[in-house]
Amino acid sequence: MTSADTVVSAKQSLVARIAARAGGGVARVALVLIGLFWLMPTAGLLLSSLRDPADVDISGWWKVFSDPGQLTFSGYDKLLSNQQITDSLWTTLAITLPATLLVVVIGALAGYAFAWMDFPGRDWWFLLVVGLLVVPVQVALVPVAKLFGEVGIFQTTTGVVLFHTAFGLPFAIFLLRNFFAEIPRELLEAARLDGAGELRLFLRVVMPLGGPAIASLGIFQFLWVWNDMLVALIFADSGNPPITVALQQQVRQFGNNIDILGPGAFVSMVIPLAVFFAFQRQFVAGVMAGAVK
Amino acid sequence: MSTATAGGAATPGRAPSVPPAETRDRKKKKSVLGTRPWLAAVFLLPALALLGALVVYPICYSVYRSFFDASGNGFVGLDNYQEMFSDDATKTAIKNNIIWLILAPTVSTALGLIFAVLTERIRWATAFKLIVFMPMAISMLAAGIIFRLVYEQDPDKGVANAMWVSVHDSFTESPPFPGAHPRPDAGLTESSGGAYTTEATAKPGSPASIPLVAAKRDDIGGAQTAKKAAPEAGKVTGTVWFDFTRGGRGGRGVIDKGEKAMADLKIEAVKDGRVVAKTTTAADGTFALPATADGAQLRLPAWNFSEPYNGVDWLGPSLVTPAIIGSYVWIWAGFAMVLIAAGLAGVPRELLEAARMDGASEWQVFRRITVPLLAPVLSVVVVTLMINVMKIFDLVYIIAPGPSQDDANVLALQLFQSSFGTNVNQGLGSAIAVLLLLLVLPVMFLNIRRIRRESRR
Repeated sequence: MTSADTVVSAKQSLVARIAARAGGGVARVALVLIGLFWLMPTAGLLLSSLRDPADVDISGWWKVFSDPGQLTFSGYDKLLSNQQITDSLWTTLAITLPATLLVVVIGALAGYAFAWMDFPGRDWWFLLVVGLLVVPVQVALVPVAKLFGEVGIFQTTTGVVLFHTAFGLPFAIFLLRNFFAEIPRELLEAARLDGAGELRLFLRVVMPLGGPAIASLGIFQFLWVWNDMLVALIFADSGNPPITVALQQQVRQFGNNIDILGPGAFVSMVIPLAVFFAFQRQFVAGVMAGAVK
Repeated sequence: MSTATAGGAATPGRAPSVPPAETRDRKKKKSVLGTRPWLAAVFLLPALALLGALVVYPICYSVYRSFFDASGNGFVGLDNYQEMFSDDATKTAIKNNIIWLILAPTVSTALGLIFAVLTERIRWATAFKLIVFMPMAISMLAAGIIFRLVYEQDPDKGVANAMWVSVHDSFTESPPFPGAHPRPDAGLTESSGGAYTTEATAKPGSPASIPLVAAKRDDIGGAQTAKKAAPEAGKVTGTVWFDFTRGGRGGRGVIDKGEKAMADLKIEAVKDGRVVAKTTTAADGTFALPATADGAQLRLPAWNFSEPYNGVDWLGPSLVTPAIIGSYVWIWAGFAMVLIAAGLAGVPRELLEAARMDGASEWQVFRRITVPLLAPVLSVVVVTLMINVMKIFDLVYIIAPGPSQDDANVLALQLFQSSFGTNVNQGLGSAIAVLLLLLVLPVMFLNIRRIRRESRR
């Protein structure tokens, strides 16, 4: 602000106010248009997935608005009677649930140790974990494939789960340590005076109090693993892959496979979207805390 | 600037630039239990074992492996790194990664900033935020399929081209009769490029007849019937019409009753290779050129018969990377918006009001107060997106069609191809992995430094 700016007539400020009011209207209209624009790609896929492949082949999804009779669930019927696809949804679940649970449990144990236990080099170990936050998964693909091959868990669900757990841990430990460290000391001391041991303290005091952070972490990790394609592409059983890989295999002939890909992509989005809408707050918190990942 | 490291957001629900207040006022925390170190080891063991075996060891192995050839037996020193910068595929990948690194984070952050400011004082903006943030929850694979559909080449199928073509056609005329041409015996010769020129020269007073065939039914459907042009003194006139009567009863080169006119065709009068006059046919197919056209040959430029504008080849070699970046922005602008909105909530309202009272325009308030105060958040967002963009893989792998995949190549994709695709060279793959690691190293150090500073307080 220069001093010249501060000298202003009443008339000018009135003009400014009217301009601001008009600007507010423009902002509203712009928001509606941008919102529709942002929604359009997803709406396009949804409507395409609800049309007959023969219609999709000759015209765009917006034709549905002039001819609603085109809408049909036959694509979804066909998809859900496709054994390979339904199996892949189970595989996704079989990978996602353990990988989420393991990250939460192992991360909480380590987070608690870093927050409240004494051991030599505690701060240095924690800095190492912080350093690992930004390590790209790509660095580990070749070595871990080799390692898993030697152990015999290459291209198995176990292998995928372990990989996701390992790469979820730095963030889990970082998030939970910071959260646990803010638990009031008096609470822990009181529990200690009541004769609680370390394990009891962890299970009965720290874990319940850490609820919000654990929820954020769990949702974040769940979506991360559910949505992963790269790790699964390499480490999952190619005969029984998760949904992302099963659909990826169809993408090569995009035009011919749109009848599988449209409904398939939507089915793969249902769970993440449900989780997202049900737990927006926790998810946003997790994403914000995970800005480093 | 020192607070603007990528690890700014430590606790859920907080503005990313605010460090947890409680950790500051406490010196080193002592255990409440006086735990024996072996118990701590038990708590840490699963985490450290997994991190050691699947994160730390692989880093070391990748570095080691990058010095060996494809078979893994021959030590080649830095050859893989040299190859990385000389191999065409990898060079394309590096070039594209740089484009990604410049475009994707800045565009996403700029849009996020605009959205955050626009939504700030609007109550129903939550719905807008949900819509824009929603793509964050879905997989890159699903987003990739969504955008394959958006970028379909055919304007009747892909919404991007449908919109682009309708914008394009409202600014330029589209050719009236794609695929049509004169009757072969009508005395017109085709010149290179698809234009047709009359062999005879035009004379005022004797109207020219130009019969065309092979027009598409859709283009001719609503046309008027053709009219024989009247001779006019001092003017070259004529008619262009669709010389076709159903059932083949009509005479060739004659305007039979009911034959359709061809309107909006461009006609040029050419003398010695120069265009001396031009006009467009009227709704009844007639045209009139001024006296300067006397003695000229009449030409129908190729434009008349060219194919209509078919939109942009989004996923072709030249546009594929920007097109995929577009889909990335669609996903990540919401992330930027949410972080920036959280930062915006922390900007003191009185400061903005005071500036407005002093007569600052909204733009000045935004430029001079809001943006500088948001600088730490903005840099957290940009740095985070940069780390993310370096590793971009899924979107490129899904959206780029087979033929343009080489043109859309990025480091993570090249790494995948070198390590697991066809033509495997895990030495080169490891070298790319090490390069990716080196690229994120500065952020790693910033994070560590910030945490150390916090724990020392």
